[in-house]
Amino acid sequence: MLPEVVAENEAALALSRQLPDAIVDAQVAADGPVLFIDAQQIVAVCQALKQAGFERVSGITGVDWWPKSPRFEVIYLLHSLRQNKRLRLSVRLTEDDEIDSVCSVWRGANWYEREVFDLFGVRFRNHPNLERIMMPADWEGHPLRKDYPVHGGKYSYQDE
Amino acid sequence: MIKEDYAHVASLDAQHELAIEDVSGIELADQHRSSRKMTLNMGPQHPSTHGVLRVVLELDGETILKARPEIGYLHTGIEKECEVKKYQQVVPLTDRVDYLSNLNNNLCYSLAVERLLSLEIPPMAQWMRVMLCELTRVSSHLIWLGTHALDIGAMSVYFYCFREREEIMKIFEMFSGQRMMTSYIRPGGLALEPPRGWHKFVSNVQERIARGIDEYENLLASNPIWVNRTKGVGMLPVDVMIELGVTGPMLRAAGVKVDARKDDPHSSYDKFQFDIPTRQANDVYARFEVRMEEMRQSMRIVKQALDGMPSGRWQADAPHILLPDREQMKTQMESLIYHFKIVTEGYRVPAGSVYQVVESPRGELGYYVVSDGTPNPHRVFMRTPSFGNLQSLGAMLEGVLIADSIAIMGSMDFVLGDVDR
Repeated sequence: MLPEVVAENEAALALSRQLPDAIVDAQVAADGPVLFIDAQQIVAVCQALKQAGFERVSGITGVDWWPKSPRFEVIYLLHSLRQNKRLRLSVRLTEDDEIDSVCSVWRGANWYEREVFDLFGVRFRNHPNLERIMMPADWEGHPLRKDYPVHGGKYSYQDE
Repeated sequence: MIKEDYAHVASLDAQHELAIEDVSGIELADQHRSSRKMTLNMGPQHPSTHGVLRVVLELDGETILKARPEIGYLHTGIEKECEVKKYQQVVPLTDRVDYLSNLNNNLCYSLAVERLLSLEIPPMAQWMRVMLCELTRVSSHLIWLGTHALDIGAMSVYFYCFREREEIMKIFEMFSGQRMMTSYIRPGGLALEPPRGWHKFVSNVQERIARGIDEYENLLASNPIWVNRTKGVGMLPVDVMIELGVTGPMLRAAGVKVDARKDDPHSSYDKFQFDIPTRQANDVYARFEVRMEEMRQSMRIVKQALDGMPSGRWQADAPHILLPDREQMKTQMESLIYHFKIVTEGYRVPAGSVYQVVESPRGELGYYVVSDGTPNPHRVFMRTPSFGNLQSLGAMLEGVLIADSIAIMGSMDFVLGDVDR
């Protein structure tokens, strides 16, 4: 069922016709619609949206809502150059969930998903190279999680 | 020992698995003379990478077979830091993301917060923002031109570019007291009232640079060494570039007319007359041409801003967000209370999220700000243009000569602070 707030949106309408139970929720943010997608269908949804004209993914990022549950939100910022439109997808995940990588849809998702994995610890299935990108390879913990300290911790300059 | 270290490097990337052979090459040369591969580590301290970028190259003679950029050497956790700052305290951090286009970062963050707050910005502040952002674009492009030409061997262009850039730095210093980390654009308007005599000062600089651009172009555009080093180098199919996340002048040099200033107008950009330059050639020379033309267009916008600058307030009418005038603080109780509350508690931003895009000198700059209704942002994600552009480096370097890699990296105009954040 397509939520009422995005009933006017063309991309959301086309998507709900193609994949009827993919959109679980929707909102209208200050800059446009946000579609909440079922985590199992993210690759199919992205494929359909790419067909519908969203030829690039501007970025992929995460939000940690700890201690609330489900804890993580993975955000996909889609952009259509031809139609000059933007669309935001959001997937809610618990700490143990994995999500399918969308690298097969947009090659540019590679580094963004690695960043989300590195900084939040969200695991992407079928990613060609899911390694840390910002932090050193042997780093412990995921810095952008809300329960990760901003200062101090294992490496403190005060010990030097 | 060396061999083991390289083996570790190769295991980091399954997709670009590098064939590791003895770096000395003595034994292997006898066995298969025709395909003697070598792995070369370029960076992180390499002058042509303009920062701490490491590129692992697999070479066959002078030809690059595979290239894998390794980033993260300048990761400073700015996004994490934003979460413990108040909304107004984030502005100085945005300066330090892309340290060559600070005002564009200030603007993007401010617009995002203003959108969450539904703040209306007075026209004078909007025009001033446009003028300063265009000056930033020119100063950033001047640095790009100077260093890019220096990499390829043209020494003198560097001095011309830095001479003109210094004039723009003086403008920023005049406005904000700072040359680089200006923090001049803030949620709600500008940080300070524009200084007395700014109009004449900026007019002089505008005239000087508008004349200067032709001068730099003459130094390079028909220089045979420059043309031979840049024409037909660094090409990649347009659809691959779009998929990999390339934006800005690189994409415009490939014939895609995309610019956030036209597509998603903010800060009254729609009131200015300017063109979006594009080229079809999609090589290093085309990127040079596009950026040179962009500087001309920016100067056109600055000229229009100088001629038609509206009068009025330089900050929005929002006493609960903007610090009050010092004079009012001493005479009005309300101003003193607001000052106390803003400094101690900050201001609350209604819960919600927004993705705001502006056109930085390098491409699409976006700030994704999530608010949970407290005075601290819940999450600030910076979609930086250099990160997306750099992702195409591996694909662009495949099969080119190692000398051309310098020209290609120069034409990408990345800032490592912008990549790693």
